[in-house]
Amino acid sequence: MLPILQVGPLAIQLPGLLLLAGVWVGSAVIEREAPKHGLSGATLGSLVFYGLVAGLLGARLGYALRYWSVYAEDPLGLISLNPLTLSAAEGAAAAFLVSLVLARRQRLPTWPTLDAFAPGLAVFAVFAALANLSSGDAFGAPTSLPWAIDLWGAARHPSQVYALLLALAVFIAVRRFALGPTFPGFLFLAWLAMTAASRLFLEAFRGDSVIVLGSLRAAQLISLVVLGAALLGLNQRARVAQKGAEGKAGDSG
Amino acid sequence: MRKRDAIPRGEAGRSSYFAWLADQRRWRALAAVTMAVGLVWTVVSAVPQEAGPRGSTAAPREGFSAPDFRLTLLGGGEVALSELRGQVVIVNLWASWCPPCRAEMPALQEVYEAYGDRGLEILAVNTTYQDSQAAAARFVEEYGLTFPVPLDQTGEVSRRYLLRALPTSFFIDRDGVIRNVVIGGPMSKTTIQTTVESLLRDE
Repeated sequence: MLPILQVGPLAIQLPGLLLLAGVWVGSAVIEREAPKHGLSGATLGSLVFYGLVAGLLGARLGYALRYWSVYAEDPLGLISLNPLTLSAAEGAAAAFLVSLVLARRQRLPTWPTLDAFAPGLAVFAVFAALANLSSGDAFGAPTSLPWAIDLWGAARHPSQVYALLLALAVFIAVRRFALGPTFPGFLFLAWLAMTAASRLFLEAFRGDSVIVLGSLRAAQLISLVVLGAALLGLNQRARVAQKGAEGKAGDSG
Repeated sequence: MRKRDAIPRGEAGRSSYFAWLADQRRWRALAAVTMAVGLVWTVVSAVPQEAGPRGSTAAPREGFSAPDFRLTLLGGGEVALSELRGQVVIVNLWASWCPPCRAEMPALQEVYEAYGDRGLEILAVNTTYQDSQAAAARFVEEYGLTFPVPLDQTGEVSRRYLLRALPTSFFIDRDGVIRNVVIGGPMSKTTIQTTVESLLRDE
């Protein structure tokens, strides 16, 4: 764990820097993938950018709404750099809505666009795992295994290392899938299924799970639903693609 | 816009894994096995009831019990963190030579004045091992600080709180559990105020 990198007088917050690097590399990958799906890299790049901006604004405004009396007194507090005064749910909703509206207005085809995003998202997950490794977030449950790490007052599963390894595996798998024949939606849905499956697996080793229904881990239940939806989507997209291919074969024959 | 060919015709299409995905029977088997394994894993890895709350382990992190300390105060006397149970406490680690620490002190003082009688206590721990008591005293006088200023002479509290950047603030709830950590600063008055308010709200 190395949350702060001291470079002379500069205290660099490593987790934030890693996330930023993840966004940067991830969006570079998306822009490079775009032409393979018949899309413009610049269009997708700006989609990422505006989505992020909307996410940040939404996160801060959502937080300010909860404490509006404080912010009414000091509106300048809205432009503070402090990540503590951000609200994740509102931010994600804003980012999603703005990206969706922009994508609709640009008439981007849904599945190829999502496919172009898949490798970038997989890259970002690698950096997110590194950020957690640096900050000690997403920490593991106590264990007596020989590879346990000493963290937050206990010997724990190095859950961040597990997550890093699986994120790398998912990224490599997405890259390999991208090289082979695909149908629209395959890359994205395959990424989604693998990501959900790995979270489902990894959550078992976490020490900070949100518990629902007595003793179940909320993240695993959500992952199960997402995994099921991704598998369903894969089946449907594959059938649509197969029908299209058969139609084409019929035309020519 | 050129779309990719949906499925390459001929043998490639038949042998590839997505002809497999389109086949209802094989897909159903795949989905059923995957979901069953996932469900079993979820149940197997359910959190055992006897696992106690994290709040009982002491660590300088959100959701954990704040590590206790006992320090002498600037101007005499002693304070122990554990004696402040029942109050919302901000532990702020600072040094007189650190500009962002200077920048956020007036805000801390203002919030202290506004919320002090509603159950807020502030311990502005001076990292005396890398500062000096005289400089700390001048600083407190200059800013008219009225909250207690414990002196970390040996650096033990800074070590226990894994201090890596100045200032660092820990927001501790009435049960002694750390609820927020702010590394680096300066914190704006709104940041301090909203955090304190949310901690005072949940009794």
